[in-house]
Amino acid sequence: MMSDALLKTIFGRLTLDSFPIHEPILIGTFAVVAMGGAAMLAALTYFKVWGYLWKEWFTSVDHKKIGIMYMILGIVMLLRGFSDAIMMRAQQAMAFGPNEGFLPAHHYDQVFTAHGVIMIFFVAMPFVTGLMNYVVPLQIGARDVSFPFLNNFSFWMTTAGAVIVMASLFVGEFARTGWLAMAPLSGLDYSPDVGVDYYIWSLQIAGVGTLLSGVNLLATIIKMRAPGMSLMKMPVFTWTALATNVLIVAAFPVLTAVLAMLSLDRYVGTHFFTNTMGGNPMMYVNMIWIWGHPEVYILILPAFGVFSEVTSTFCSKRIFGYTSMVYAILVITILAYLVWLHHFFTMGSGASVNSFFGITTMIISIPTGAKIFNWLFTMYKGRIRFELPMMWTIAFMITFVIGGMTGVLLAVPPADFVLHNSLFLIAHFHNVIIGGVLFGMFAGINYWFPKAFGFKLDKKWGTISFWFWVIGFYVAFMPLYVLGLMGVTRRLRHFDDPSLQIWFIIAAIGAAMIAVGIAAFLIQFYVSFRNREALRDWTGDPWNARTLEWATSSPPPAYNFAFTPVVHDLDAWYDMKSNNAARPVNGFRDIHMPRNTGAGVILAGLSTVIGLAMIWYIWWLAALAFVGLLAVAVGHTFNYDRDFYITAAEVTTAEDEHTRQLTGHAAVAGA
Amino acid sequence: MVMRTPSLLACARRTAAPRVMRALRTTAVLAAPALLGGCDWVVMNPSGDVARQQANLILWSTGLMLLIIVPVIVLTLLFAWKFRHTNEDAEYQPDWDHSTGLELIIWSAPLMIVIALGAMTWISTHALDPYRPLGRIAPGQRVAKNGKPLEIQVVSLDWKWLFIYPEQGVATVNELVLPTNRQVQFRITSSSVMNTFYVPAMAGMIYSMPGMETRLHAVLNKPGRFEGQSANYSGAGFSYMHFTVDSVDDAAFAKWASEARSAQQRLDMPTYAQLEKPSEKVPAIRYAAVQPQLFDRIVGMCTKPGETCMQATMMKDGAMDPHRDSGHGMTVNDSGHMRGSESKGALQKEPEEKGSSPHRNAPRAPAPGSSKPGNADNRSMTAADPLPAPITGLTAADRS
Repeated sequence: MMSDALLKTIFGRLTLDSFPIHEPILIGTFAVVAMGGAAMLAALTYFKVWGYLWKEWFTSVDHKKIGIMYMILGIVMLLRGFSDAIMMRAQQAMAFGPNEGFLPAHHYDQVFTAHGVIMIFFVAMPFVTGLMNYVVPLQIGARDVSFPFLNNFSFWMTTAGAVIVMASLFVGEFARTGWLAMAPLSGLDYSPDVGVDYYIWSLQIAGVGTLLSGVNLLATIIKMRAPGMSLMKMPVFTWTALATNVLIVAAFPVLTAVLAMLSLDRYVGTHFFTNTMGGNPMMYVNMIWIWGHPEVYILILPAFGVFSEVTSTFCSKRIFGYTSMVYAILVITILAYLVWLHHFFTMGSGASVNSFFGITTMIISIPTGAKIFNWLFTMYKGRIRFELPMMWTIAFMITFVIGGMTGVLLAVPPADFVLHNSLFLIAHFHNVIIGGVLFGMFAGINYWFPKAFGFKLDKKWGTISFWFWVIGFYVAFMPLYVLGLMGVTRRLRHFDDPSLQIWFIIAAIGAAMIAVGIAAFLIQFYVSFRNREALRDWTGDPWNARTLEWATSSPPPAYNFAFTPVVHDLDAWYDMKSNNAARPVNGFRDIHMPRNTGAGVILAGLSTVIGLAMIWYIWWLAALAFVGLLAVAVGHTFNYDRDFYITAAEVTTAEDEHTRQLTGHAAVAGA
Repeated sequence: MVMRTPSLLACARRTAAPRVMRALRTTAVLAAPALLGGCDWVVMNPSGDVARQQANLILWSTGLMLLIIVPVIVLTLLFAWKFRHTNEDAEYQPDWDHSTGLELIIWSAPLMIVIALGAMTWISTHALDPYRPLGRIAPGQRVAKNGKPLEIQVVSLDWKWLFIYPEQGVATVNELVLPTNRQVQFRITSSSVMNTFYVPAMAGMIYSMPGMETRLHAVLNKPGRFEGQSANYSGAGFSYMHFTVDSVDDAAFAKWASEARSAQQRLDMPTYAQLEKPSEKVPAIRYAAVQPQLFDRIVGMCTKPGETCMQATMMKDGAMDPHRDSGHGMTVNDSGHMRGSESKGALQKEPEEKGSSPHRNAPRAPAPGSSKPGNADNRSMTAADPLPAPITGLTAADRS
């Protein structure tokens, strides 16, 4: 007994049984991941790039590199989240009547929970944050974000959250609660295993990153705009970034608080959300949605910003109704806080309360509709070039209005009574998140990739990816609308009625098409990299665009702009081009820059250890890592080696190089 | 689409009264793409008056919104085609970025739709409030003044449904029998976690929540057998948490109730304690008699001997406050033995109590279930593999 107590003290509830050694699917996955990981580590070691990665990327405080790392994180996690989606589609397509499918409830329930958590927190959020990180400082003519080290720390905290989610695949298991871990199901009484703890700690640690990055970008946009860029001369993407970060700063603390209370229930036996002892599970539902509804606008607003930039650029035309666009963004930001109850009309609120929240929800469709019309009239009397970003934008406009319509339908409480928790709802939010957020991210990636890397993405593979994604989306989700109207609800892993099966099979085919779309997306990167010389852009402005980020070279130098630009018009770069503004070629000065630091990686690493130790009840390790965390944080405050200067000579060299590229390109174009 | 329209209208004709049908036809033409082949979609073609009105609301709202959605989609494609950069004939005005007239239209058009929709929402939300007794049984057929609704108490258990008929003095599991064309008042609660009570053919869903009571008023207008289910994920056995709903005439209902009264088992407290334990794929069960006040004790979370009911605690706490005449707003946990008071947080546990958290995805031997009622694995929502039904249920032949 004594040794058992000792083992439990040392290892908490981690035992050999916690490893999935009897499960062929997971062992296979683990083997592939382990071999792939080992091969990658070996390759990194062989090519001696560890030092390069550590010095130039992991410890970098450059907003551009951090933005790119966010995008990579998003793409990697997209693959994981999509594997979950394929498993669910396959299970639902086969599990009819006597056939139980290939996933037992215990596994299937983790899969749908992990899918939701990963897609929202570790795919959509990194994509959105990554794009904002990369683009916003360039677009406002800034040298970096306000707090460069904080930016690096935020990224690694988000990554730490993703690492914890991934760990649950191979050590222990993930939550079986649905992606919002509703109480009382997520309480210790009904979910005693590690799953919900994995959920809590991954979101809490990633949430620190999200919140701090929100503070950072907010300060950047407010304080660091180029001279002349008044609020009403800010590009629309920067406006949406501002609104999104206001939402992040105001909403994420609510998530942190509600998860902290759930942790207290689970770790110290309080009764915030328990059934017993005066706890109130309804409070959990309210609070999680007070965060959860603004969250969907956090995701969609930057996508709206991307579409605005893309439409204006590829129609070669000023954005239509800029002022009403800005007010629409602000109205959406405010209304985002007044609609949360529409997620639970069916929990017994009175008719007047339900009507109020139903109508506020509908009101959001007015500014959203105005934005759609603004894009539409930007196209009107324009010269539309059908490059990839514009194709995604048009697919978005058509797809998103359908999702918006079903959303307003769900906002009518009596209609919601029959559609709540149905596959109609699932179809609706995938319609707006894929058709809105994801299409927006693909538009943004194709649009800004040449800025980040100096060459365009391959159009052929991009087009293949586009069509498979768009058609695959419709094939995968239109059947779910139908099934919802047939009274089929969500999260079921088995069905009795054989007449439903055909719809699930069609949906599975759609998912397979999306898989091809994802593969083509990855091939697009590979092919573009291989043909990078042919796709090279020396001008820094391959699309004949309109905003400041295109005024500098591609990829931009570490300091972004040798001289801070002065802004006279909304489309600042277009304005400079129209007025033949001369690019400064001499008189450069030393540029003050922040120095890279490894503190962010170390702090996030220690946070991961704290999270894992708390999940497995290894108290001594959690305490030790926490003390370590404090020590490193305090130690970092004594690091005075925080900055350096890029000398005028270096700047001159870099700028002269860009001048040569520009004139060389002009000569080629002239010939 | 043109070819399919007649069959769509035929479907509408079969299912709707003439006046409603004309309205439906107008809407249906607008909504045709979404409705093709919609005859057998239970949400759009239900058998209860409440769900019918909800379906009509879906059609009307969709029709209203299509007024704006269709033009947007058409204009998007049209503009994309017309102003493509290869089309040199199209007008090009790179600096045209404002038009007060257009701005007025693009803000007011959605506003008009939302005003119409908002009015519809306000009225229909109040008319179809599930807490409100029905005003009519079917279109044009008002509820009789002295027509008392049939009360049915609904309890979601892990992972089955308990229906108590206080008037008839019987109870069933996973089998709901209703008299056709009679208003039913459902009083709904849950024993452990949240579920939703959903019979798509009858009315929209309502959550069942532990320690709380929700209500639903509804009616079934057609005889027949329908499906009901939980629509809110509640743990491992959730996928099998469905039940049959039989709509029968008054005579058949009376006959069914008297048959149920001659069932073998009675639902007393020990039987309930057994039934409450997690189990899945439970066949229908009938109970000849029910412990009095069972439903109230489930809501009050005092089904175990010695537990103080929440209602009593709240009344007592309220009584101590001279400014209040009822038990509102006071803490409820300062007296009596309440369920779960012995629960401990992870940090308060001795090392031996930490337990372990093994991987359990792979199929394995059944949990103890009914053979060891006290076993902790039964309590855990996550530990359960398919369990044997705790109590023998009816065979299909018994239920015909």
